[in-house]
Amino acid sequence: MTLAAEAVADAAADRDGAAITSSGLTKRFGKQLVVDDLALEVPSGAVYGFIGPNGSGKTTTIRMLLGLVRPDAGTCALLGGIMPAAGGEVLPKVGALVEGPAFHPYLSGRANLLRLDAADRRSDPATASARVAAAIDRVGLSAAARKRYRAYSLGMRQRLGIAAALLQPRELLVLDEPTNGLDPQGTREVRHLIGDLAADGTTIFVSSHLLAEVEQLCTHLGVMRTGRLVAQGPMRELRALTAIRFQVRTPDAELALATVAALGVTDAARVPAGVAGSLGEVAPERIVAALVNAGVAVAEFAQVTPTLEDLFVQLTGEGFDVSG
Amino acid sequence: MSAAEVASAPSRVRPVAAWARLLASELRLIFGRRRNQVGLATLFGLVVLVGIALKVSSLRHPGSTGGDLMSAVAGNGLFLGFAGLSIEMALFLPLAVSVLAGDAIAGEANQGTLRYLLLAPVSRVRLLVMKATSLAIGALTGAFVVAAGGLLTGIVLFGARPLTTLSGTSIGIADGLWRLALAVLYLAAGLTALAMIGLFISTLTEQPIAATVATAMVGTLLWILDAVPQLDWLHPWLLVDRWPAFIDLLRDPVFTDRLVAGLWVDAAYAAAFFALAWLRFLRADITS
Repeated sequence: MTLAAEAVADAAADRDGAAITSSGLTKRFGKQLVVDDLALEVPSGAVYGFIGPNGSGKTTTIRMLLGLVRPDAGTCALLGGIMPAAGGEVLPKVGALVEGPAFHPYLSGRANLLRLDAADRRSDPATASARVAAAIDRVGLSAAARKRYRAYSLGMRQRLGIAAALLQPRELLVLDEPTNGLDPQGTREVRHLIGDLAADGTTIFVSSHLLAEVEQLCTHLGVMRTGRLVAQGPMRELRALTAIRFQVRTPDAELALATVAALGVTDAARVPAGVAGSLGEVAPERIVAALVNAGVAVAEFAQVTPTLEDLFVQLTGEGFDVSG
Repeated sequence: MSAAEVASAPSRVRPVAAWARLLASELRLIFGRRRNQVGLATLFGLVVLVGIALKVSSLRHPGSTGGDLMSAVAGNGLFLGFAGLSIEMALFLPLAVSVLAGDAIAGEANQGTLRYLLLAPVSRVRLLVMKATSLAIGALTGAFVVAAGGLLTGIVLFGARPLTTLSGTSIGIADGLWRLALAVLYLAAGLTALAMIGLFISTLTEQPIAATVATAMVGTLLWILDAVPQLDWLHPWLLVDRWPAFIDLLRDPVFTDRLVAGLWVDAAYAAAFFALAWLRFLRADITS
């Protein structure tokens, strides 16, 4: 490592109270730049939602954070240890589900977890059986613990993957698409599980495509687009980026348009049912009063809080095609 | 939390016990796998078949004895242990070792279990040493099963008597068994060296079958090169060249020159290819 790189590494490791930090994190596969100059900052205790379109570099980033893939440039630190060098020290404190579960098909769920436990040289063999049973119970898989993994459904496999992440008490959980393939009950349980773990002080880094889920769970958000982090911060701050809108259903669209414009709404426009615009600093009750005073027939006034999906699309673009 | 605090977390590591636990887990995986059990049964069954064929042949042509190992079996069942090793040394044992070696890294990568092992965490060095150790145990088991199969079949079909060595002297049954055990160890060393070639190949791909086929092809290629007289200058450097030398254990006194040279070649191959596997695996991006 050069002196400059060491200085960067120290800076990354020293950022106080952060469970995950990275600076200048970059990875190329062949000619393709998959992750580009990433500066992540996941505060301790946060539930950090990591979102982005398919192919935006989320999984490669996660693999670099966990030391599976070596960055071409930049550094990342996990629980204060620079990866991948500190892996032996910090990984026992990290539970991870990366790109779906993967287990030996001919072993039972229980035997698979025992194998992973045996692989961790710090785990106590005396408590292995109890810890495995507890982890399996926590994800509701006890009834199938002794079935071969190959007989598991997609959702059961996913549950086993989460159980593996919970084999030890963890300070950080990195969960890549944790509810993938789960039924609605399973999704709810996992959400509760994440909530419980977060309440116990575990930092959670979760990547997901289910924005509704991220919206419910996360305190922080990082948004990826074509290998770059286009937004990062507390959920509240990011949500403020998208303006709250209103919509008036009325037959008198022209009059309504003029009235709201007079109030200072700059982007009001006709929509099929009437008029819509951004609320900005204008209080909604003033708009309603003004409309009624002006003689506009107001059939309905609605305030529209933009969804996380709106923010996501605003940050990552409309296109359906996967990025590069 | 700083790295130092994480490091001082109250978790006692008992290196030997932890190592044994990981290796035991790997061996359970290898020997618990139906495919590998069938493979071992096949290695065993082949010697039994040869024994039966020799028995049938000896009943039809009683008294016909040549000077070679096969003919010696009809006179003394103990020789079938050595004959079994000789028969399976060129193809079946290398194939069995190739299957295990191909699986070692590529099999885990293919299933995706490699990433979870590394996150358990197992350091890459530790994982590679564990895989190499389990392959050595697998090679030893293969050679042992072949020798044991030959020995049991031979004793049942032809009986056990003190052996006449290739030098013409006679040695007791216990001495014969001891020499058979040494032959098993000697061949296991060679097979382990082949397994290290396979381990290296296994770090290059995510397809276990590809790694297995490539390793078996390397083994076969070595035998072919060893059989081309024009390449005799190359023969001493070929891994398999001195494998048949285990037969020197049947001389009295044991003729050790070729055996010792063979072990050195095995060690050189094993060390070189383990080092290559290490260089490759230590920095590899795990994208499976």
